[in-house]
Amino acid sequence: MPLLDVDELTVTFGGRGRRADRGRDRDRKPTEAAGPTEAAGPAEDTSVRAAGPAGPAEDTSVRAAGPAGPAGGNAVRAVNGVSFSVDEGQVVGLVGESGCGKSVTSLALMGLLPRKGATLGGRADFEGADLLAMGPRRIRDLRGSKLAMIFQDPLSSLNPVVPIGVQVTEILKRHRGMKGEAARKEAAQLLDRVGIPDPDRRLREYPHQLSGGMRQRALIAMAVACAPRLLIADEPTTALDVTIQAQILELLKELVDQEGTALLMITHDLGVVAGLCDQVNVLYAGKVVESSGRRELFAHPTHPYTHGLLGSIPRLDAPRGEPLNPIRGSINDQIAWADGCAFAPRCDRYEMGCLTGTPELTEPREAGHQARCVNPVLATTEVPA
Amino acid sequence: MAGRTRIRIPYHPYHPYSYNTRKKGARGVLRLVVRRLLQLIPTLLGLSVLLFLWLNRLPGGPASAILGERATEAEVARINRALGLDQPLHVQYGRFLKRIVELDLGTSTQTGQPVWDEFVLRFPATVELSLAAILIAVAVGIPLGYLAARRRGGWLDVAAVSGSLVGICIPVFFLALILKGVFAVNLGLFPTFGRLTTGVDATSVTGFAVLDGVLTGEFDASWDAVMHLVLPALALSSIPLAVIVRMTRASVLEVLGEDYVRTAESKGLERRTVRGRHILRNALLPVVTAVGLLTGSLLSGAVLTESVFSFGGIGSFIRTAIDARDYPVLVGFIMFIAMVYVLINLLVDLAYSVIDPRVRVH
Repeated sequence: MPLLDVDELTVTFGGRGRRADRGRDRDRKPTEAAGPTEAAGPAEDTSVRAAGPAGPAEDTSVRAAGPAGPAGGNAVRAVNGVSFSVDEGQVVGLVGESGCGKSVTSLALMGLLPRKGATLGGRADFEGADLLAMGPRRIRDLRGSKLAMIFQDPLSSLNPVVPIGVQVTEILKRHRGMKGEAARKEAAQLLDRVGIPDPDRRLREYPHQLSGGMRQRALIAMAVACAPRLLIADEPTTALDVTIQAQILELLKELVDQEGTALLMITHDLGVVAGLCDQVNVLYAGKVVESSGRRELFAHPTHPYTHGLLGSIPRLDAPRGEPLNPIRGSINDQIAWADGCAFAPRCDRYEMGCLTGTPELTEPREAGHQARCVNPVLATTEVPA
Repeated sequence: MAGRTRIRIPYHPYHPYSYNTRKKGARGVLRLVVRRLLQLIPTLLGLSVLLFLWLNRLPGGPASAILGERATEAEVARINRALGLDQPLHVQYGRFLKRIVELDLGTSTQTGQPVWDEFVLRFPATVELSLAAILIAVAVGIPLGYLAARRRGGWLDVAAVSGSLVGICIPVFFLALILKGVFAVNLGLFPTFGRLTTGVDATSVTGFAVLDGVLTGEFDASWDAVMHLVLPALALSSIPLAVIVRMTRASVLEVLGEDYVRTAESKGLERRTVRGRHILRNALLPVVTAVGLLTGSLLSGAVLTESVFSFGGIGSFIRTAIDARDYPVLVGFIMFIAMVYVLINLLVDLAYSVIDPRVRVH
């Protein structure tokens, strides 16, 4: 059994609350109803804020929302039936451009979406228990101990008025019952382990006194403090410069190898995927459109979207003046999967068949390679550029 | 470390690192305090010059206030000579400065008593009332503002926001009259006027009625003083309470959207750790500043509440002093309030440097 098995996860903002009796909140705008986690959210916010027409009219996967199902004229479905699994010690990538639902997926798994205003559907079994159905107390116990997360902007993700030491020891105190000097020593060891020089001094310092790379290392130290089973990294290298990025990725790889921690890597950077992930899930408009082993994905991208992503990477060996190959258009959360493929308007291989209902994932081929496309790219087609 | 030159950042009031109290520890705090106290001197000097010029330009004067409208020129001149007002302005100012150095604020033209004695008699009541009011405002306002922000859009939030609007709008004396009418006169729960019930045996040590009772062991007198404080303090706290509720709410809402709160939640910390260490500690920074300024304004603004409850503070004395052009009293009072403001600001800055390592001084 996989460590984490996400089955048809859906997240709807601005509809009914998680509990049916919260119905009176439904007319509020998503941003108002949303609490701490979402309001400060990363780039994915765009999909949440833009209140478009409702997603598919009916979706049986929404439980807990009561018999009325998802409702609200301004509801936005940020995640629309995402399924994937993570095995023990495996590194799984969740890839997609801004607004495709990557971060919302991770926040939903962590139970960090606002109780009001976000409706969850589907299942996410972690060690046999459904994370989505878990009470707040139980998931609070899991967070930081078995389930940890690293965020993308290390400066804003650290409390500016609390010393690094306190921010590291508080998690040791909470989950490992350590106290005083023991906790401080362990914190110093953690900082040392993630490659922060002079940890005793750094423990006394504040986030603004650390460099960007060191801040991210400190955040990683907090995340791995209790040797979690699953580590979710939400674009951990976005705010860092390239040399530091490489160091941080190297560190993550090392920690994962040493501890046997499974890593769910959320990124828009295919380079990160190529260097780190065993299994890759490509997300588009809240659905997994292609899922495959890393080698297989880079060798034979089947979905036109994946194909486009790979083709849009600029190459250093391309002749000067060669135009870049972007995917035309941009992601649009108002396009519903119910009527057909959400990528169709941007797709070069678009045909009439694309608009007859939601395309299903194809049967897994070698390395579990699946794609959600009725007119996939043939294996012989060259990746452009 | 030998051979290493210490870099000194020159003092600049708006530079955030110009007094980083964290680095130097207790010595840094001491230096900040001393520096700020020294700053008091030029502040008060400047203020006293302005005051002298302004008061001199006021129509009328103590002579006409004492003698009335029908005073003859000769009588006015006699009074002015007696008070030293016939001298050129710079001479008057010089005399004033000389007295100040000797801690002599002069004699009230109204009562003939030394200004200092008049203040000692009346200020404790006002200070006690203001402190009680700000305590109520802080103790109720911060939790209420926090809860309102956490339950944004809920009934508590709506009640807190609209309630604070009402609190700001209702004139304080009106609220004082209503409170007095309902709780003191009709229900008889609290005394209607004064600081102590006549006949209560209380020894005065500091002039602060509640504190005196505790110091001398006369706890019944303390309790009596507290009962007398409740209604006026409630009335006076209405505006600071409203301001604190709104500021806390806005500030907490802002902090709730910060990434570090999400990080704290992702670590699975106890709710109270997230609340205290990660939300409130950041959210209370602007509130601290507001509390400081509000405390200062209460000291000079308790006049109406004091008069409704005949509390005997400085307020009514100052009002009559204005009518009587009682210059020594007015100058002394305004200088005192200015000093209080500077000291409160110092306290606010100290609180900031304790809460926020970056010492944001704006």
